[in-house]
Amino acid sequence: MSLVFSRPKSMREKVTTYCPGCTHGVAHRLVAEVLDELDLREKAIGIAPVGCAVFAYDVFYTDFQQAAHGRAPAVATGIKRVLPDRFVFTYQGDGDLAAIGTAEIIHAAARGENISVIFINNAIYGMTSGQMAPTTLIGQKTTTTPTGRDPSKAGYPLRITEMLALAPGSAYVARCSLHNVANIAKSKSAITKAFKMQIENCGFSIVELLSSCPVNWGMTPSAALKWIETDMIPAYPLGVLKDVTQEVSSGGDA
Amino acid sequence: MAERVLMKGNEAIAEAAIRGGCRYFFGYPITPQNEIPEYMSRRLPEVGGVFLQAESEVAAINMVYGASGAGGRVMTSSSSPGISLKQEGISYIAAAELPCVIVNMVRGGPGLGGIQPAQSDYFQATRGGGHGDYRLIVLGPAGVQEAANLMMGAFDLAEKYRNPVLLLGDGVLGQMMEPVVFPEYSGPAPVERDWVTDGAKGREPRIVNTLMLDPDDLYRHNLKLQAKYARIAENEVRYEEYMTEDAEWVFVAYGTTARICKSVVDQIRPEGHKVGVFRPISLWPFPKAPLKNLAGRVKGMLVVEMSMGQMVEDVKLAVECEAPVHFYGVAGGIVPSRADVRKNLLQAMQASKGGDEQ
Repeated sequence: MSLVFSRPKSMREKVTTYCPGCTHGVAHRLVAEVLDELDLREKAIGIAPVGCAVFAYDVFYTDFQQAAHGRAPAVATGIKRVLPDRFVFTYQGDGDLAAIGTAEIIHAAARGENISVIFINNAIYGMTSGQMAPTTLIGQKTTTTPTGRDPSKAGYPLRITEMLALAPGSAYVARCSLHNVANIAKSKSAITKAFKMQIENCGFSIVELLSSCPVNWGMTPSAALKWIETDMIPAYPLGVLKDVTQEVSSGGDA
Repeated sequence: MAERVLMKGNEAIAEAAIRGGCRYFFGYPITPQNEIPEYMSRRLPEVGGVFLQAESEVAAINMVYGASGAGGRVMTSSSSPGISLKQEGISYIAAAELPCVIVNMVRGGPGLGGIQPAQSDYFQATRGGGHGDYRLIVLGPAGVQEAANLMMGAFDLAEKYRNPVLLLGDGVLGQMMEPVVFPEYSGPAPVERDWVTDGAKGREPRIVNTLMLDPDDLYRHNLKLQAKYARIAENEVRYEEYMTEDAEWVFVAYGTTARICKSVVDQIRPEGHKVGVFRPISLWPFPKAPLKNLAGRVKGMLVVEMSMGQMVEDVKLAVECEAPVHFYGVAGGIVPSRADVRKNLLQAMQASKGGDEQ
């Protein structure tokens, strides 16, 4: 009998701390599968953010550093500059990457830092239990926008991935979603592409993954996945925003 | 015999760092320490190292965190407002027990303050500076040669204890030129490096971490840190005594102000005043015991600082009322003149005679 499915070697045998229905677990598994497939487990150093994914170091069976809130790209830069032949990736949420860590992510991309970033966008602060994120949709209710996000008071959702695609140092920039099987498969392809970019020294790569947070959204897991499709994707269109190994057209559609 | 060269303090510190094994520098421009990153940007590539100008002090110190966790000999430098920005990262580095060296060429504060020399970051430096119970090893050189010597040994010291070392200078030290001879460096001392995250090849993965949600775990970690700080306090106290053997009065001062105090001693001794200088070199650990010992033999002490009174608190804690402790300080980037230091000493002597302690 042949083995057709097992835990990736890059994942520890450990129960995660995620809530029921959360897609962080799917994202972790995809990253671990790609680490296995590209034979990166023994040369990888991951950087965990502050937020729900802070315990990523307890999930991945690779070396890890836990960074201060938003600083993962700076920590990754320090590691990669000391160990340029190792594989360095950050795993960050939207509060970490698109609010407090805005400077670090933009300048890592601007430097063309040869690192890979997995960016989980679930439009809310999960670990602190449901406050408004920079990515929170207009009208979305959170514990700090109890009547819905009003742009006149709380500003607009930030499409930071589009900003990163504009940076000359970024090599691969994509936005995918984890709301159904077809999109999970596309997400894995994008993660594979991003990781290969680093292996080939192409520069900065990032994959944004639209992710669900049923507990803080106040939805069932299945309703949350549906909400990604109906509400998040229109605000955060899916696709490859930049790929320096394809093209080169003059305009760009990012 | 090593060559004797005339160098600016900041440049001598940078050269000494490289000779002491530093290969990675992450920093952000701020006056009055810019010669350090500028020198590093030229010299580090020559020795196979990496210089990177970060987007902020916050990013720079977090790059130091990553680089140190990856096993690199790494440093950053800044000046007061920039050091304030680095405090988040310094707390994490201390918590994760990562070795690194930080230079603070202090300028007058608070706020944006000025760009002239000061010693007003003493509290911040010696109390940790960021959140949580931690200590840095803090060294306060009083000249270019001493700064170079301390810097060359700073990386070994940091690795020995897996703790950040802070070199606390001021704008005078950074900007002045003095002759310096770089001592021979025999290479890094052998230390256990079983914590470095460089890829889990053929071993269990390692984690550089500062999160301990279980109160018992966090308490145990704090006790472990305290035990380490106790070892440092036991072994790394450094100070200099100048003409204290027969002294009836002593100045207590570090860095630039200690030089001024020595100069006043040289001037005033021929007039019959038996005065000396006690100069802490390690500001943390503070040389409590030798200072207390000295306090039992003198009539009084005058602490001189380029601040409104910070180290004076440690002096009072150390001497435990064995001698009256007086204070003279200036702030704002003003360097005290010999005449003013002398005047304050004579006033303190006079006040003591009248039984009026402070």
